[in-house]
This record gives sequence, structure tokens and C-alpha cells, in this order.
Amino acid sequence: MSSTTNPSTHHTSTIGAIGAPSRRNTELALLVFAVLIPVFAYANVGLAINDEVPAGLLSYGFGLGLLAGVGHLVVRKFAPYADPLLLPLATLLNGLGLVAIWRLDQSGRLQSSKLFVEAAPRQLMYSALGVALFVAVLVFLRDHRVLQRYTYISMAGALVLLLLPLVPGLGHDNFGAKIWIKIPGLGTLQPGEFAKIVLAVFFAGYLMVKRDALALASRRFMGLYLPRGRDLGPIIVVWIISILILVFETDLGTSLLFFGMFVIMLYVATERTSWIVFGLLMSAAGAVGVASFESHVQQRVQAWLDPMHEYELSRQGIFGHTEQSMQALWAFGSGGTLGSGWGQGHSDLIGFAANSDFILATFGEELGLAGLMALLLLYALIVERGVRTALAARDPFGKLLAIGLSGAFALQVFVVAGGVMSLIPLTGMTMPFLAYGGSSVIANWALIGILLRISDTARRPAPAAPASPDAEMTQVVRP
Amino acid sequence: MSELTLTVMRLGFLAVLWLFVIVAVQVIRSDLFGTRVTQRGARRDAARPQQTATRQGQAPPQQRQQSGGRGRRGAPTKLVVTEGTLTGTTVALQGQTITLGRAHDSTIVLDDDYASSRHARIYPDQNGQWIVEDLGSTNGTYLDRARLTTPTPIGPGAPIRIGKTVIELRK
Repeated sequence: MSSTTNPSTHHTSTIGAIGAPSRRNTELALLVFAVLIPVFAYANVGLAINDEVPAGLLSYGFGLGLLAGVGHLVVRKFAPYADPLLLPLATLLNGLGLVAIWRLDQSGRLQSSKLFVEAAPRQLMYSALGVALFVAVLVFLRDHRVLQRYTYISMAGALVLLLLPLVPGLGHDNFGAKIWIKIPGLGTLQPGEFAKIVLAVFFAGYLMVKRDALALASRRFMGLYLPRGRDLGPIIVVWIISILILVFETDLGTSLLFFGMFVIMLYVATERTSWIVFGLLMSAAGAVGVASFESHVQQRVQAWLDPMHEYELSRQGIFGHTEQSMQALWAFGSGGTLGSGWGQGHSDLIGFAANSDFILATFGEELGLAGLMALLLLYALIVERGVRTALAARDPFGKLLAIGLSGAFALQVFVVAGGVMSLIPLTGMTMPFLAYGGSSVIANWALIGILLRISDTARRPAPAAPASPDAEMTQVVRP
Repeated sequence: MSELTLTVMRLGFLAVLWLFVIVAVQVIRSDLFGTRVTQRGARRDAARPQQTATRQGQAPPQQRQQSGGRGRRGAPTKLVVTEGTLTGTTVALQGQTITLGRAHDSTIVLDDDYASSRHARIYPDQNGQWIVEDLGSTNGTYLDRARLTTPTPIGPGAPIRIGKTVIELRK
């Protein structure tokens, strides 16, 4: 910390956080930038593939600009002191995702598939829905502490959302992982994406009340604070639930996300490193244990350990094997440092799910390592702003909620990027904002909305204190 | 489309993407460096002139402090918090009285169970020598290891301890 001092200081002066200006104009400038970059990319794809500026350039740019503009105006009106970076970062990622999805729509190889649908217009519609939810969060959630009242309702809601995919007739088994539900006439939905937010509300409300018991009642053993047996209850319950998710929905990503989020929030609430040690041990034990008998998980692990073998099995036409992982790795490899340029890669070879789970491979190939790093930094910046919001928040509930949401966001990015890059076994989750998929885009816009609401409360200048109340209470009386 | 144009666009896009990241980080920078000293004295003096006069009864007139403080060679120019929750905070010394305590209107507001509301003050005398004075605090103000009983001159580098907070003057 350093400080700037006023050269004309005379009598007394106080030290305070820099009274944050609202920064709305900074946000507007960044938003314009964030809309222009995808427009540039869009023109670039058109020029590379069809040798002409795509016809939809104006309407596409206008659409994205409209979404960003509406978001900005609502923030200006309803959250004037909110963080200036979150909205532009989300807009940029969403816009780049739209470009990549549109680019994959142009691929002849994918168009010949019988599953092909024009994904970009749908994604634009989902983004509009997402921004609508974002607006609704900012307009109707005037104070995030209201959510605190719904702590246990959130718990029930989150459990329902998590269990929905298992309900017969409603659940929709999509290529192994049962994390979708099918709503007749509307399409499919991934309730886990929304459960992420609702669960963060529950954990924040719960830990705020219980954190003293969890932090203080402990013995010290080998440098670690060991919690009492009965205080282990909550972590064990969450662990069991995430194991059940892993067993019944066979999705490692969702399971890891929820348990990881709980451990992060537990650590932040109690400041005890031992919780992280426990969390890591428990998740490792759980994952290994489940992998020993669940064949779907085993297969994912096999594909992760030896993607080339998996590729060969898939080429021989053996059912249940996929060449996606290997194709994604080749895409990253052929991208090299600077990439092949928009529209000039062959990431469409990944085939199915190239524009959802594997969208990062398209970026890796066409923008190269340089572009991918910039992309990951954009995610890192969103997470950083979330953590910064948590630091600045004045109420413990807001702190925990902000850290939980940004922690979940970071975990999701890690799980997906790690899966696509074969750092960890592949899971059925999607890259926030980039990937094609309604639930993900909509839920993450809501997440950004809540973070903006907390940061608005946190950065709002404190109301002018009444002329020092304690000056009257304790006065120094001198003769 | 020619190869050259596409290469230029490819590199141009990466440059623009990174430019956005850099601009975003620049915006963060302005958020990171956190504290500043704000003026409150003038307004309060206007509101309560008599109280201020009694509180600063020993302090000489402002102009003399200023010239005296500036004139001395080797005089300390800033006050630095070296231990405690406010570690790293600095306040420029410009002849003003610095009050320390838990009261909201102190120059340095101490968030410390061992500090009193108005714990101590640091001010320059006629010659520009900085003086620390305990304001009748409960747990005392310590210069090195010794508890202060009278206003005591302090030089640069001498640690002044209040509860868990340690401050010193620096050149």
C-alpha cells in the first residue's frame, strides 16, 4: 500500500480508501472496445473463408452492441458504483464465443452432419436472454443481503436442481453424462449451471453463521488445526452429495465444481488451511473410489491417459469411443504460437461438440498460444474482479458470496480448459460465455449480475458520517 | 484474399486482443493502490473553532510551523506505519498535528483493541522538532521500550508503539 498525499494538508487529515469515482465512462469505453474486437474477428472469418466481408456484419455487430449498451445503461442506472471491468470482459468473451460458433457453422464438414443446426443465431438469442436475466438481477435485486434470508430455501432449491436430471422422463442422458433435463417444446437445460449460483447463496449464508464454530473449536496437530469431529459434518455431507452426483450423473466436472466451491468458501470463512488439506484428500479419495467401479468414469480416465489409443478405437468404429480428445490436441498443436488465423484452422475435425465443450480448441488453433493466453487472462481478470469485490465488500455474506461465485467460475474454467487440453479427464461442462449452450450463457450472465450488485454495494462511498459521534463521548479535558 | 492481408489481420487481431487485456489491467491499477489522505481539518475547524483552539493549545501558529518544519535540514518528511493492520500507510509531515486513536476523525484511525479513542498526537514545536504526546491513553504510548509520561521529542527512525501498531518518522 502506498498513499498519495495532499500537499496543501493543514490541520488534521484522515486516511481512507480512494473514494472510488463511479468509473462508468471507463466501462463504456471498454465496452465499445469489447464490441469492436468480435466485429473485427467476424469480418476476418468472412474474409478468410468466403473472401468477402460477411453480409451479417452490421446486424451482428449491432446485436452485440445493443446487448452491451442495454447492459451498460442498466448498470449506470441501477449499480452506478459497480466494477467497471466485469461487464466489458463478459461482453468480449461472449462476442468472441459467438464469432467462433459462427465460424464453425461455416464449416462444410460440420454442415454435412445430420445433427447440424445453425448455432450462432441461437447463441445470440441465448445471449440476449442472458443479458435480460442480468438486467433483471440488477433491477430486482437491489441489495444482495436479501439473498441471506433464503439460505435454507436455496439449499433445497439447489438440491432439486441437482437432482432434476435423475428424474425419469425429465432427465436427458447426453453422451454419458446425465446433467441435462429436457423440457418438452423448449429444448434441453443444464440445471447444474444454475445450481452453482443457488448453492453459492446457501454456502455463504450457512458459513456466515457457523464460521466461528468451524474456525475456533479445533486442536493443533502438526501445524494443522484439526477440527472437532462434529464440525466435520457439513463438509462430509457436501462431499457425499458430490460423490452421489459423480455416481449417478457420472459427471466429474459438476461434482468437482460443487465440492471445490464449498472448500474454497470454507477456507475463506475460517482461514484454516486444514480445510483445504481435508478437501483435497477427500476429493482425491472420492474420485479414485468412484473410478474403481463406475465404467463411464473409467472410460473417461482411459481416454485421458491414452488419447491416441482412444482415437484408434474410435477409428475402428468401436461404439462408445471418441476421437475428440486427440483431435483437440492436434488442433492446439497445429495452432502453434501465433495460430493459423480466424477461419483457417481445421478444428471442425473435432466434429460433434466442437462448438460447445471443445470450443477452446478452435481458439487454440486459430489464435494460437498467444490468443489462448489472452483469453485465459480475460477469465483470470473476471475472477480477479470477483475476488477484489469480495475483499472490498463490507458484509461477511457479500464477501463469501462473491468469493464463492468467482471461485466456482475459476474452477469451471479450470475444469473445462484442463479437460480440453488433457490436463485432467474430460468432463461435460462448458466454457463460461464462450461455448455454445443456453444454460451456461444465461447462468453466467446472472452470475456477473450478482457480482456487479455486490461490487456496487462495496464500492459505493460510505454515507457521510455524522459529525464524529465519539467526539462527544470521549473528550480530552485539559486544564 | 491474399496471404499477406490474412497474415496482417491474424497478427493484428492478436495485437488488439492483447491491447484489450493491457487496457483492462491499467484500469485495475487505479483500483489497487488504495489509500489517500483526505482533508477534514479545515471543515471541522470552521465548525468548532474554540474546541480546536483548546485542543491545539500548545501548538504554535500554522505559518511558523510550516517555515520551521521546512527549514530544518534532515527533518523527517513522512510518518510511516511499520507494524499492525495499517502497515505501509504513510502520511506526509507538513507541519500539521497528527492524531492517533480509534476515533473516526483521527489522522490515523487505529483499529486496535489496545488503543484509546484519542490515544496520542504528534506535532512540531516552534523549532520544527516533532514531539509525541500521550493523550492520557489507557494502555500507554511507548517510545522504544519506555512509556511516555511527558511530551517527548522524537527523531527519525524511533519506533513509537501503540497497542499492536508501530509508527516511525522518516526522512
